[in-house]
Amino acid sequence: MASTTVPASLVGALDDDVRIERHRTWKRFRRHRLAIAGAVVLVAIALIAIFAKFLAPADPNYIDQVHWQGYPLAPGVAGHILGTDENGRDLLSRLMFGAQISLTVALSAVFMEIVIGTVLGAISGYYGGLVDYWIMRLTDVFLSIPLLPLLLVLTAIVSATSNKAALSFGVIVVIIGLTSWPSTARLVRGSFLSLREKEFAEAARAIGNRDGRIIFRHLLPNAVAPIIVQATLDVAGVIVLESTLSFLGFGIQPPTASWGNMLQDALTPDARNAPWLILTPGLLIVTTLLGFSLLGDGLQVVLDRAIAQEPGGAADEHPSVIASPLTYEPG
Amino acid sequence: MQYFGWLGNVLRGDLGYSTSNSEPVVQAILERLPATLLLMGSSITLSLLVGVGFGLFAAIKPYSIQDYIITTLAFFGQSMPVFWLALMMQLAFAVAGITAFGYHFALPSAGISSSDEFDLGDRIQHLVLPCLVLSFLSIATWSRFMRSSMLEVIKTDYMRTATAKGLSRSAVILRHGLKNALIPVVTIVALSAPGLVGGAVVTETIFAWPGMGRLFFNALGQFDFPLLMGYLVLISFLVVLFNLIADISYAWLDPRVKYD
Repeated sequence: MASTTVPASLVGALDDDVRIERHRTWKRFRRHRLAIAGAVVLVAIALIAIFAKFLAPADPNYIDQVHWQGYPLAPGVAGHILGTDENGRDLLSRLMFGAQISLTVALSAVFMEIVIGTVLGAISGYYGGLVDYWIMRLTDVFLSIPLLPLLLVLTAIVSATSNKAALSFGVIVVIIGLTSWPSTARLVRGSFLSLREKEFAEAARAIGNRDGRIIFRHLLPNAVAPIIVQATLDVAGVIVLESTLSFLGFGIQPPTASWGNMLQDALTPDARNAPWLILTPGLLIVTTLLGFSLLGDGLQVVLDRAIAQEPGGAADEHPSVIASPLTYEPG
Repeated sequence: MQYFGWLGNVLRGDLGYSTSNSEPVVQAILERLPATLLLMGSSITLSLLVGVGFGLFAAIKPYSIQDYIITTLAFFGQSMPVFWLALMMQLAFAVAGITAFGYHFALPSAGISSSDEFDLGDRIQHLVLPCLVLSFLSIATWSRFMRSSMLEVIKTDYMRTATAKGLSRSAVILRHGLKNALIPVVTIVALSAPGLVGGAVVTETIFAWPGMGRLFFNALGQFDFPLLMGYLVLISFLVVLFNLIADISYAWLDPRVKYD
């Protein structure tokens, strides 16, 4: 790259342009109040999850044998702010540690999904031809199987070959990550199909860059905006998937708390008289999902307008991509 | 090699035998089909009516109070995990029940009927909760879809022409607008149909609805892999079929769309 000589003043001016554009995007984002609200809620939940060890009033798996007598303790009783579950474990502490698990699973799985989807989509869109054809047929295969049943069968295969305890944190992440990338691949492929025809791509090729460098240094940064939006919405999608799996007993296994398996515990007859056991994990899930949807929606509008200001870009006043493709499935 | 043997059998319509009750898989699935179709049919009908209605209502006056209320509700609807909504509905309407006008009324929380004899009122009572739960997400998604589609249509020239001809506002919106705005909605409904025919695993499990979704979940617990595979094959086949139907209906509804 260094072999081409560009006047230093021009480099400086370009950097300034980039900085001004970033500043504008940030300003637009700050004006989007709902997105800010979503971000604030998410940061709060993330902080609680990260510092659960210090904030939680008790160990999440500790059974309060002094006060617990075989049925859930009501909120406020014996120093348990939100009460205990049917096994006498402090609910607030379990919620905090559950947040840790649920968020980590979602973020790791989405990271994996985005990496796989971006690489395959970029290769597919950049090279075209037979490579493109076969990668797209592979996405067709994945997209034709509804995600939730597929995940359930895969987790059942894992637990049938060894036992349910094998469904560890890592296994769940890998299973979700390996199955949910096709929509990302399609999205990235779409961007790359048009980007590879642009003049700067031509120029990058002309000065003799290798394909890998063109794809990742020149084209990818221009395709990042829609990927960020999709990733944000997908985190919400994966939280639903993970909590549904855990709720059905094929996700994170007890005694480790996750928001999903806490609701499974809440199904016992005892819990029927303890509505707080069902109410609190669900409210937390809904709040988190709302946060991600608002943030994703806001990002879409903000980044869309950033693209629209470039010559040839188009603004969509009413974005039609409104939810993660992962969530769009009846339960 | 075992896989190719199985594949050959699938092509001949033989999905093998269930390992949990040694019933042919095809028969096991067909037995559960009517219950699933009943639940899905009523859920799709309800979501279409309410979803399209809400979307339309929000789009005629964008950024008004009615629009904000509907959009907010849709946001909540999309952020509600189905299993939690189902649990809450069960808790509120079946366990606690409603007390109004001196009567205590509670909906049944599980099953498809109270006795073996068919009774329409009883069947409807059992249908209400699972149907509402299932419709919630579709209503939320479809109404937002309908709204943005209608907003696109309202801006077009032919809508202005229709207004200029002197047609009343309702005629313009319903006759000229709704028809065109529904085209993309048809696609999204067709695309979500196979998932609905396949049964709602979560909803059917929570409400003990004897449909395909619960069959799938029970098979899961018993590691009944022939049945699980049969289910996946069937549902994937439906996805492909409905994609085709969506494409064809798109071209049929909108003559501007042409396929090579």
